[in-house]
Amino acid sequence: MSYHWHWGVFLEQAARNRTYLDWLCSGAWITLALGLVSWTIALGLGTVLGVLRTLPSRFWSGLAVGYVDLFRSVPLLVQLFIWYFVLPELLPHGDTIKQLPPWLQQAGAAVLCLGTFTAARVCEQVRSGIAALPRDLENAGLALGLTRAETYRHVLLPVSFRLLVPPLTSELLNVFKNSAVASTIGLLDLAAQGRQLLDYTAQPYESFIAVTLLYLAINVAVMLLMRWVEQRWRIPGYIGGK
Amino acid sequence: MAYPFDFSSLDRRNLEILGEGMALSLEITGVAVVIGIGWGTLLATMRLSSRRPLRWLAAGYVNLFRAIPLVMVLLWFFLVVPRLLQRTLHLPADTDLRLVSALVAFSLFEAAYYSEIIRAGIQAVPKGQLAASLALGMTYGQSMRLVILPQALRHMLPLLLTQAIVLFQDTSLVYVSALADFFGQAYGIGERDGRIVELLLFAGATYLVMCVIASRMVQRLARRVGR
Amino acid sequence: MTRPKLFVTVATLVTLVIVHALGLGPPAQAAELSGTLKKIKDTGTITLGVRESSIPFNYSLGGGQQVGYSWEIMGRAVEAIKAELGLQTLRIKQIPVTPQDRITLVQNGTIDLECSSTTNNLERQRQVAFSNSLFIIGTRLLTRRGSGVEDFADLKGKNVVTTAGTTSERLLRKMNDDGNLGINIISAKEHGQSFLTLESGRAVAFMMDDALLFGERAKARSPNDWVVVGRPQSREAYGCIMRRDDPPFKRVVDATIARLMKSGEIEAIYARWFLQPVPPRNLNLSFPLSEDMKRLFKNPNDQALE
Repeated sequence: MSYHWHWGVFLEQAARNRTYLDWLCSGAWITLALGLVSWTIALGLGTVLGVLRTLPSRFWSGLAVGYVDLFRSVPLLVQLFIWYFVLPELLPHGDTIKQLPPWLQQAGAAVLCLGTFTAARVCEQVRSGIAALPRDLENAGLALGLTRAETYRHVLLPVSFRLLVPPLTSELLNVFKNSAVASTIGLLDLAAQGRQLLDYTAQPYESFIAVTLLYLAINVAVMLLMRWVEQRWRIPGYIGGK
Repeated sequence: MAYPFDFSSLDRRNLEILGEGMALSLEITGVAVVIGIGWGTLLATMRLSSRRPLRWLAAGYVNLFRAIPLVMVLLWFFLVVPRLLQRTLHLPADTDLRLVSALVAFSLFEAAYYSEIIRAGIQAVPKGQLAASLALGMTYGQSMRLVILPQALRHMLPLLLTQAIVLFQDTSLVYVSALADFFGQAYGIGERDGRIVELLLFAGATYLVMCVIASRMVQRLARRVGR
Repeated sequence: MTRPKLFVTVATLVTLVIVHALGLGPPAQAAELSGTLKKIKDTGTITLGVRESSIPFNYSLGGGQQVGYSWEIMGRAVEAIKAELGLQTLRIKQIPVTPQDRITLVQNGTIDLECSSTTNNLERQRQVAFSNSLFIIGTRLLTRRGSGVEDFADLKGKNVVTTAGTTSERLLRKMNDDGNLGINIISAKEHGQSFLTLESGRAVAFMMDDALLFGERAKARSPNDWVVVGRPQSREAYGCIMRRDDPPFKRVVDATIARLMKSGEIEAIYARWFLQPVPPRNLNLSFPLSEDMKRLFKNPNDQALE
């Protein structure tokens, strides 16, 4: 089976004024944007849930447990399809949602899906991060007259986040990898562009190798960035500290 | 706006089709777990070996597969390499290449994740155990097999099982190739009968029930094992 | 030559000709089987590509049941292959394909033959071989009655759905780019999903081959809500696809199709799918033979149109 390698295909014109390389890059940008926005949602929501999970109140803690159970027990793809296909049918303003530009519907569903899914995992990390801190920290804060909320905000969370950089890094990397499912609802992310390229250029190896390399590049870039963050935020005296 | 729910699509024939899909999901999960743990254990021992080329090879493999999306791995094996696969594995020409490529893709992918769990488990066993077994005259291989791994397994078991549950959920991704697992069948039925909403919710509920029960069982097992 | 000798010579020649024509002579050197035919003979299996919702050409009724116009023709080709190879039994394997991956799956060996609604064009001929054409269509639009969309110009600035990997998708993109129409193109995985996108209100029109549009409409819950409009943007011919550089295999498939057309059997098959009620909802597409089709039946060929 002879295969004709043709790396120059990336410089060929795909559509008006755009080369296949342009398609590839636009896919990469969309993946990056998708990942970053989803991560923001995940971090925010996940932290709130993580805090709730560690509260003494059975109600709030139970709510967080329920959330985590729900979002970790349904496959990501199924969740995505429910956000994209089912929610607009059930919500009162569903028809307006369906009239939005398609890319917005797809990106919106993808971001909400990835964000809520990852928030469940972030919640677990934050919970174990807070639980790993010595109880004295919390007690000291309360003894100084801080309310519980202030204790969390000024003492517990800042400390635990500095320690949580490694596990959170791996969650961030997961977000970028999981973003590939968005291609199934039509969003033209990196994975989708890979298929488009294969379809239009009939050069499967070049297309897929390029896409794989780009995913690897994103992975490496994020790891390096987070390693720098971790270095700067190390707490002396803890494992991994100075 | 009340949606007119209509679950009539869940008739006997469609439930049978869904059952076949579930059987496929479980089959892929089972095969990938077995091969994943086997290959993953080998990778883990390679990474802990004293010989540098082995360490680098294993590390390279694990880091590669952990850096790319599962969707891409599936597409690679489905669209790009089936013929190559057929020739290397010397398969009879009429095997279902889709299933084989999915099984290979999942097994290779999961092995990378399993190897990390197993490596951490092995490293958690006190160093003295290895020293003692070597002192007793066992080879490295024997001490791994008879002393270290069994101890490591006790601690790793909950994590290995949790990863299996994650794998079960990930089998839904065969949607991107032509295979119809439980989710694929549910979606197909929904599309055919115009009842996407009902079928997607049904699929979600089924996964929810199955996975919650499975993770509760794993939690109970973890408590019993003591760690 | 003397008269008796001439008579004997001529008689011998005539006998030889008759004997060869009846196949009674010594068998010609059996041709070495190669390519797909060899693969089929060796494994006793042929792998066919099946479509989820290419109505009424090749579609699924659920539970592995496959029907359609092209599906029937593909079945006849399979019988011809079986006879050609002299096999007692031939196992048939069905692999579902989508428009986006059907060509790749033929190229990489996953399937041997796919007959559905695949358009024959020069670009694709570089990747796969096409059989004699099965059907000729024009690409048009499906929209809700009263939606206000009458032709392609009305699509400006609207959401339009089409199926990924089809010639309609490429045409629509090109039209959109060239004419700056500002159309939001939604690419769905299969025709069924495209129709759902249209039905749910996400798109105002579905661009596809007219026969397929009529097919999707016949499957809808209330077919009368939908209407096919628009001047055809292209004329296309469908063919079965198979691997390139495999003339013996192509010959068998082509011969089957040519035979069906020349003998008029094709008209019965056509009537079954386009002039009579079809599953799943027993609706009649009422799609009479076009002039292009009549010409095709009289003169089977594998030429790409346009």
